[in-house]
Amino acid sequence: MELSGAEIVVQALKDEGVEIIFGYPGGSVLHIYDALFQQDDIHHVLVRHEQGATHAADGYARSTGKPGVVLVTSGPGATNAITGIATAHLDSIPMVVLTGQVPSALIGTDAFQEVDTTGISRPCSKHTFLVKRVEDLAETMRKAFYIATTGRPGPVVVDIPKDITDPTVKIPYEYPRNLKMRSYSPVKKGHLGQIKKAVELIYNAKRPIIYSGGGVVIDNASGSLIDLARELGIPVTSTLMGLGAYPASDSQFLGMLGMHGNYEANMAMHEADVLIAIGARFDDRVTGHIAHFCPQAKIIHIDIDPSSISKNVRVDIPIVGSVKDVLNDMLRIIRESGREIDNDGLTSWWERIEAWRGLGCLCYEQSDEVIKPQFAIETLYKVTGGDLYLTSDVGQHQMFAAQFYKFDKPRRWINSGGLGTMGFGLPAAMGVQMAHPDKPVACVTGEASILMCIQELATCKQHGLPIKIMLMNNGYMGMVRQWQEMFYEGRYSHSYVDALPDFVELTKSFGHVGMRVTKPSDLEAAMQEAFDRKDELVFLDIVIDPTENVYPMIKAGKGHHEMAMSPALKQGDQR
Amino acid sequence: MKRHIISLLMENEAGALSNVSALFSARGFNIESLCVAPTDDPSLSRMTLVTTCSETVFEQITKQLNKLIDVVKLMDLSEGDHIEREMMLIKVRAEKEMREEIKRLAEIFRGKIIDVSDNSYVIEMTGDTDKLDAFVHVIPEDHVIEVVRTGVSGIARGVKSLTL
Ligand SMILES: Cc1cc2nc3c(=O)[nH]c(=O)nc-3n(C[C@H](O)[C@H](O)[C@H](O)COP(=O)(O)OP(=O)(O)OC[C@H]3O[C@@H](n4cnc5c(N)ncnc54)[C@H](O)[C@@H]3O)c2cc1C
Ligand SMILES: Cc1ncc(C[n+]2csc(CCOP(=O)(O)OP(=O)(O)O)c2C)c(N)n1
Ligand SMILES: [Mg+2]
Repeated sequence: MELSGAEIVVQALKDEGVEIIFGYPGGSVLHIYDALFQQDDIHHVLVRHEQGATHAADGYARSTGKPGVVLVTSGPGATNAITGIATAHLDSIPMVVLTGQVPSALIGTDAFQEVDTTGISRPCSKHTFLVKRVEDLAETMRKAFYIATTGRPGPVVVDIPKDITDPTVKIPYEYPRNLKMRSYSPVKKGHLGQIKKAVELIYNAKRPIIYSGGGVVIDNASGSLIDLARELGIPVTSTLMGLGAYPASDSQFLGMLGMHGNYEANMAMHEADVLIAIGARFDDRVTGHIAHFCPQAKIIHIDIDPSSISKNVRVDIPIVGSVKDVLNDMLRIIRESGREIDNDGLTSWWERIEAWRGLGCLCYEQSDEVIKPQFAIETLYKVTGGDLYLTSDVGQHQMFAAQFYKFDKPRRWINSGGLGTMGFGLPAAMGVQMAHPDKPVACVTGEASILMCIQELATCKQHGLPIKIMLMNNGYMGMVRQWQEMFYEGRYSHSYVDALPDFVELTKSFGHVGMRVTKPSDLEAAMQEAFDRKDELVFLDIVIDPTENVYPMIKAGKGHHEMAMSPALKQGDQR
Repeated sequence: MKRHIISLLMENEAGALSNVSALFSARGFNIESLCVAPTDDPSLSRMTLVTTCSETVFEQITKQLNKLIDVVKLMDLSEGDHIEREMMLIKVRAEKEMREEIKRLAEIFRGKIIDVSDNSYVIEMTGDTDKLDAFVHVIPEDHVIEVVRTGVSGIARGVKSLTL
């Protein structure tokens, strides 16, 4: 088969099994767009801003486990994509970003729409390629997908100068299926000796806890995690990124840990004698002050990326490998040994945990007048029966969703944790909805966040994406306001979101359904109506209490055991 | 804090060198010298990198370097017996009685004078970092015109080697 560079790009995508790509055309990718035009296998979703393309591809990837694919032009197309690339990078999301580049001969001349794309994206991607010869194109595409999806996944950028895709230059095409790279060979299997040591430690534990993270979701290892936790009967807490990998409605689950995690989860971390960290990276939002972190615990850490291990916290038993392989080996060793876990010890551990749980750290003051954000998420959970793909933007609403929506399955909670990118929610929901056309998909957002990628409402219209947007409208950059209230004596510097549009009218102008709800008593019916409108995008402007704060909270410099609790707790549980 | 010499093999490809140097700046790692050239296998480059840091940071440096897609293999030379060498070209003012004095100093340090003009020499010298430092220091400061150093490159002693 003889193909041009542009055709090779498209054919390689087909050979990778890609069905959907998200993109935006421009001069340096026109040859590729022309090749796309002449085929029907790959569906191209035209976004309204390249940031939207990257977040949409990212949402697609998070909800399916398959790599998201983006196609953008050189210069501003590539720079607009950077935020989304960095977002995917920090959360280890597999993505392949194809960027057009000025013709090879013009590189370095400050040509029209030239930027050093590989240079800009290098620090925020897993790897970058600049294609130098059309003969290298097919192999580079294969490498990009291989690198993006294996080991610790991440975004890979392939920068393609325009001359490489010249439709008049055809070369023989064969897709290199059996790629081997001498410089890149991620391990999967964990070291058995280390795993046995870990099992020994777990058997001798009196107060063990599992701290599970995004790696469990990434590796589709939810089943193995559940098996291990049930086999051992020990408590499980999860990071923001790991939510859903262990069912939230299960009694062994203590909820999220960390800055806005549950009191019981953080206290159990603080008191634990053995910590089993699984696909989690000891982020500073999770550990609190490092000096106070798990003072009594021996730490086992399972991670596929050696550089995640002992980066922030020194661990006692590092196990490099994929979550699934390591957990399955662990389970096999435990089952073959036929040993019993120390049940008496565990019973008293669970008693302490139940006492912490009994405090009800998520309690809030309910109101008849104004909608509380916590109540809004609880209502969303009720209306959707827990069966929902929920994307989020960044801010208080994100934390409330993480705390109050009980995810029982992985890949249902889609949010930007590492970079915390406002503007992520709506385009990510587009990717999720494209991947799951028949499933309910909602985006919880804030009035500040939603405006960062609001243009994508047009994409939703064009492609008929019936996303439900749940706007927690508090009129403030709530998360910023909360910090200013707590740490800057209430000097609310530029955190009031003035001059807001009328979101209902705005949505209508894009051709969608807009609704507003202000009374707690109307909320459930409004949400129900939104989800009943199966084929329409509904934007629900939920006017909520502007002063609500996220609790509990570990403030700067504090440890897990020093959480600030909700004022509502002091007045007794009023839920 | 300890001085480490990292020797690494990487793909001889565009961008590989930038990946390494960008890593050091992005993660705030200190880098004292870096020396790189293709090997006998033209698809591979060999780099020698000197850094002074704590053990924890050094662990991260090696892990992060290994994580780079272009890096094939690396070793910490300073961990075992090794030889390190650096080459220096130094241009010095050499006039009147100093002409003889500098020539004598160069000989003591086993340097070679490779360029001579009426009032200057260029001396070529190899050795470890300390030796080159010492030579620069014995030349009176106002006689040093220009110093060019390659940075350290090194190799393990004995049969131990860094090859594919
Ligand atoms: C406003 C805001 C507030 C936040 N508050 C909190 C909070 O209270 N609590 C909280 O937990 N987070 C919070 N976060 C998120 C936080 O910033 C981090 O993103 C998050 O804690 C990281 O989760 P993780 O450790 O699971 O790592 P991830 O980023 O999900 O990383 C996954 C880890 O798993 C490894 N891995 C990947 N694939 C595999 C595999 N196949 N096998 C084995 N290992 C693998 C990776 O190497 C990596 O180490 C907040 C974020 C925002 C924006
Ligand atoms: C692109 C970007 N800019 C700035 C921030 C800092 N930031 C974090 S939360 C937040 C406020 C978000 O406000 P809103 O979307 O209304 O959500 P709320 O906290 O009110 O629920 C800001 C500005 C960010 N995370 N991302
Ligand atoms: Mg807000």
